[in-house]
Amino acid sequence: MVKALGYFWELIKGSLITARHFVVNMWFHTLKLFGIKTKRRGAVTIQYPEQKKALASRHRSLQRLLKRQDLKPRCVSCMLCVTVCPSECIYVEAAEDPDPDIQKYPSTFIIDLSRCCFCGFCVEACPEDAIRMDTEKIDLAQSTRQDLIYDLDKLLK
Amino acid sequence: MDIVIVLIKVVLALVWFLVLTLYLTWLERKESAVIQDRIGANRASIFGIRILGLFQPFADAIKMIFKEDFVPAFSKKFLHTLAPFLSFFFVAICISAMPFGNDIQLGGRTISLQIFDGNVGLLFVLAMLSLGIYGILLSGWASNNRYSLLGGIRGAAQLISYEVALGLSLVGLIMVFPSLKLSEIVQSQGGLLFGFLPKWGVFLQPLGFIIFLFAALAETKRVPFDLPEGESEIIGFFTEYGGLKWGLFMMTDFMEIIIVSTLLTTLFFGGWQVPWLCADGFQFPWGGQWQLARWLVIVLQVLAFNIKVFFFCWLQILIRWTYPRFRYDQLMDLGWKLLVPLSLVNIVATGLLLMVIK
Repeated sequence: MVKALGYFWELIKGSLITARHFVVNMWFHTLKLFGIKTKRRGAVTIQYPEQKKALASRHRSLQRLLKRQDLKPRCVSCMLCVTVCPSECIYVEAAEDPDPDIQKYPSTFIIDLSRCCFCGFCVEACPEDAIRMDTEKIDLAQSTRQDLIYDLDKLLK
Repeated sequence: MDIVIVLIKVVLALVWFLVLTLYLTWLERKESAVIQDRIGANRASIFGIRILGLFQPFADAIKMIFKEDFVPAFSKKFLHTLAPFLSFFFVAICISAMPFGNDIQLGGRTISLQIFDGNVGLLFVLAMLSLGIYGILLSGWASNNRYSLLGGIRGAAQLISYEVALGLSLVGLIMVFPSLKLSEIVQSQGGLLFGFLPKWGVFLQPLGFIIFLFAALAETKRVPFDLPEGESEIIGFFTEYGGLKWGLFMMTDFMEIIIVSTLLTTLFFGGWQVPWLCADGFQFPWGGQWQLARWLVIVLQVLAFNIKVFFFCWLQILIRWTYPRFRYDQLMDLGWKLLVPLSLVNIVATGLLLMVIK
């Protein structure tokens, strides 16, 4: 009985903490309701589709392929990204380029986003800096699998 | 004519009760969110208008109504269906004994703002709250599922043990306000103590109030005392229910919160009494006076009752979102080893004090 009485003070302390959170947050919510700007907000929530948080500069988002000066893809079909990809989602078919300095260009370059795990190894492996993951596009969900297969046109965009 | 008046009172009281229940679900979400630095449900909208998610209860209700009414093949069908209705009924009927305000004079007749003002009003409410056990026990038994049965048995054990403390904690109060009639208990809380303190139950029976609060929280079967449900271990006595029947159990929980709040208000916080408000206006203990119209006094009193009830609903939700669940032996310890002896002490002390005063 004495032990249980000892809990009592702790119980009151606990409820005072939650009550304090309630009162403080309600105060800031009320100020916001009346249009008064405050440094603190009543809630830490970011309401996603309407408000978006700035992504970190190293954030890995949807891939894109970079172009040369003459608007052809920088990719030389060296297959390094295909080799390094752990989820085997990149498919590249090489074709001969008339320019002897370049030798090869990708006739097809497909990334299957339904398999991609966004590890960024392809970006690390690329010797030509032809692929990057800096589009900051993260809402990639689609309703069909076909829409998740990104080909050369979509990636160059 | 009397029957019409009673019918109107029944409808008004039920509407008040059910609307408050609906919005308690909203309040629970919002209050827990504010406590935890979140925002809470605010997406439910009608034509793009979403005022703080106030339509959320309606969205929930519509969802629940259109769910499949599923009765498992292995359950006892009649009892399975009966249980949620029993549970709901015994709580819903409690509101009939609650005094919402003082008597009003209307067209030459005196109308009390209370549906049923029996001589045993308090006992009636306690009895109906206890009968709610049948809903839990039946649902646990009729589901024919061992976890549900465990939940039901736990619920019965818990409610019966706390019923003892609940009843005993009120004995002191009944000794102070010598009546079981709820309207009379409220009436007698209108006086003043030492000339300035309102003569509320909480000032006359502080220990009784604390015991009653704990026991009543256990009666609502919500989180610090949610052994019957036990979300993380046995999921509880309503495991085999879905849709509207499950909704009835959930609503029963919220209605019990309201009943407990109204009981706390009526018994310990002066019901509809406003401090220093007499029939014709405020009479302050320091000598001031403020005349008010008769109808304004009644409105103030009903408003005071509502505010007190809202406050206790808020407090109970705060408690629900603060404490973790008791272990089963701790729960029984608290009930039998702390609350029951303390309430006995309270009865003896009250008796002695009353004897000394008289």
